[in-house]
Amino acid sequence: MAEERLKIEVKNLNFYYGNVLALKNINLTFMDKFVTAIIGPSGCGKSTFLRTLNRMHELYPDQRVEGEALLEGQNIFLLDAMELRSRIGMVFQRPNPFSKSIFENVAFGPRIRGEKSMSVLSGIVEDSLKKAGLWDEVKDKLKESAYALSGGQQQRLCIARALAVNPEVLLFDEPTSALDPIATAKIEELIVQLKKIVTIIIVTHNMQQAARISDNTIFMMLGEIIETGPTDKIFTTPKEKLTEDYITGRFG
Amino acid sequence: MSLFDDQLKTLMGKILEMGGLVEVAIRDSVRSLVDRDSNIAEEVIKRDHIINALDVEIDEEAIKLIARMQPKGGDLRFITTAMKITTDLERMGDMCVNIANRALEINREPILKPYIDIPRMREITQGMTRDALDAFMNKDQKLATDVIMRDDEVDDLKYGIVEELLSLMMLDPSKIMRGMRIIFIAQYLERIADHAVNIAEMVIYLVAGKIIRHTKYPEE
Repeated sequence: MAEERLKIEVKNLNFYYGNVLALKNINLTFMDKFVTAIIGPSGCGKSTFLRTLNRMHELYPDQRVEGEALLEGQNIFLLDAMELRSRIGMVFQRPNPFSKSIFENVAFGPRIRGEKSMSVLSGIVEDSLKKAGLWDEVKDKLKESAYALSGGQQQRLCIARALAVNPEVLLFDEPTSALDPIATAKIEELIVQLKKIVTIIIVTHNMQQAARISDNTIFMMLGEIIETGPTDKIFTTPKEKLTEDYITGRFG
Repeated sequence: MSLFDDQLKTLMGKILEMGGLVEVAIRDSVRSLVDRDSNIAEEVIKRDHIINALDVEIDEEAIKLIARMQPKGGDLRFITTAMKITTDLERMGDMCVNIANRALEINREPILKPYIDIPRMREITQGMTRDALDAFMNKDQKLATDVIMRDDEVDDLKYGIVEELLSLMMLDPSKIMRGMRIIFIAQYLERIADHAVNIAEMVIYLVAGKIIRHTKYPEE
């Protein structure tokens, strides 16, 4: 593993849905080119937290955040939202390709950032699809609709689309919960591959998935961080009893 | 090849490395006796910590893999086998240290008699160890069974050594200390062979899923 370098630092972060405090004084660090998994029972705030990192909450009027999240030392909440979302990409629970061709799905990000040259776009599309492990399956049908792909392929297309703007961080919100075991295994392998080029934060209700693919794990409950640490430690010798009870299936 | 397969391969590599070190320890500990070279014995004793460290490392690695990968079927049998094999290898390393310590004592005393059966025991025992590990690496049930069968030869040699030395000691009590030390060494070698048998039995579990410990003969 490469040297450890801090990528994201979250300081004293609170999050409100209206008057309800949903995340309580979150302090966390995320290392560069690591896979960090966030686990915890339903409603613990793990997805809410993930969404604050690329400011999805700003799309909803009654949601607000306090505190800081620093990306390479820059406060995420003060950056231009468009710039932020190209630096921190997101992949959602259900594959959500646009109703366009495979090519246009991947070219979409670079296009709206002003790239017009077809040869450059073609290069980006091919490179991104290769990184997402989808190129060989789609290279002969780039003009076909993204909807013609299987669920697992659509999810990898969404990953390629996120990669097309060269993000530094990729957020995955339950990326395999709508996929079968084979497609899930492919996405998991892909995530482990992708950490060579990008920092990954993954929220998953599937503890085994966190155990399989992450370097570090964060355990949350009721809007609070209970324990963080190397995944090896969290899944063999957690410090907190709550973590132990959760990973051994005694509640949650 | 999946990430998990890579990790299993790494685990296998560490076990083979540990096994290699044990083989060298068996060879050198007996050589220090036969050649009356105490430097070799000191080396065996000094290097044992490497075997111990690998024992801990492999155990930790295996526990992590169980926790993280939820292994099933052949993968689960492989990891549990790996954990048991390292326990045997670690004990074999300790036996070699015991042999080396006795050799240090014996080498300071006049030679009792030429060593004939001890080198023979060493040869068979080392061969059993190597073959047990080869059987593990190649999932070779036939070779594992063969290792188990060879254990009787080692036992017979040990009894021969004990009988011969007993008569020497009865005739001349001044030979008792030296005789006892050689008997101990024969006993250690016999124990090493037993551990090789344990490994071979685990290989049969790994390949066939059958636990054959504490049964008289391994089933084909």
